[in-house]
Amino acid sequence: MTHRLDSIDRAIVKETAPGLPLVAEPYTALAEKVGTDSADIMRRMERMLAEGIIRRIGAVPNHYALGLSHNAMTVWDVADEEIARLGAEIGALEFVTHCYHRPRHLPLWPYNLFAMVHGRSQGEIDTKIDAIAGRLGAACHGHDVLVSTRILKKTGLRLAG
Amino acid sequence: MPDAIDRAIINMLQDGFPIAERPFREAGAALGLDESALIERIGDLIAGGQLSRFGPMYNAERMGGAFCLAAMAVPAERFEEVASLVNAHPEVAHNYQRAHALNMWFVVGAERSEDIDTVLTKIKTETGLEVYAFPKLEEFFIGLRVSV
Repeated sequence: MTHRLDSIDRAIVKETAPGLPLVAEPYTALAEKVGTDSADIMRRMERMLAEGIIRRIGAVPNHYALGLSHNAMTVWDVADEEIARLGAEIGALEFVTHCYHRPRHLPLWPYNLFAMVHGRSQGEIDTKIDAIAGRLGAACHGHDVLVSTRILKKTGLRLAG
Repeated sequence: MPDAIDRAIINMLQDGFPIAERPFREAGAALGLDESALIERIGDLIAGGQLSRFGPMYNAERMGGAFCLAAMAVPAERFEEVASLVNAHPEVAHNYQRAHALNMWFVVGAERSEDIDTVLTKIKTETGLEVYAFPKLEEFFIGLRVSV
């Protein structure tokens, strides 16, 4: 689903790339930069939130600084008729990010649920993987942990202009 | 290290932030902090590295971009050559070697979804190897919520 952003929406996205201004009236400060008023900014941001263009407004903790130094990309073979319900349940776990239903490629790849697990140690990661396995129960026919051995390329994703 | 007030701020701000004329006053009230104290604390948490960002988080796909995860099973003796061919495409953003039969995993980003297919087809032709696409069928990601 693609939503069109007009030039003011795009200016809001650009101006808030570093974050929201840390001043008493941040939406007014933003309005001055973009060339509109605070009511227009707030209306547009409410709309972008409702449409999912903005996931949420808030703080992103630095995982490493807060001790979450370990992560693992886990992949699961979940019964198709259960994936919507169980995927939502796993995605809601507070130590899971990047939780997606993706296609299988049999016989090479039987896994249809991807979930990144975060923790403070390898032991904690293992415990959390066991917890996911427990929640999936009999609907899960197998899982793997996709260990990254080398970064081959890492550049920013390009956005549509 | 963050004190009890900082921890309460980090926990609360992961759940959202008001859209209002004086949002820090509203958010601060829930924590028993006045507006200027909350602004100062957030600034310090960013400067100290406990918060990596404060503001709206955008969903790039909903803004009109298209992205797709893809993977290949690359024979060990061809790995470096294939990595060069794949990475040469500017649409390839991230590429990781992973310990699996599917040992090369990368993300393709483009302005339109048709462009994704074009890039994947080119990579397949250039390398002579199958390229497996892993588009998102559904997103369950709600966000990492760290209780501190």
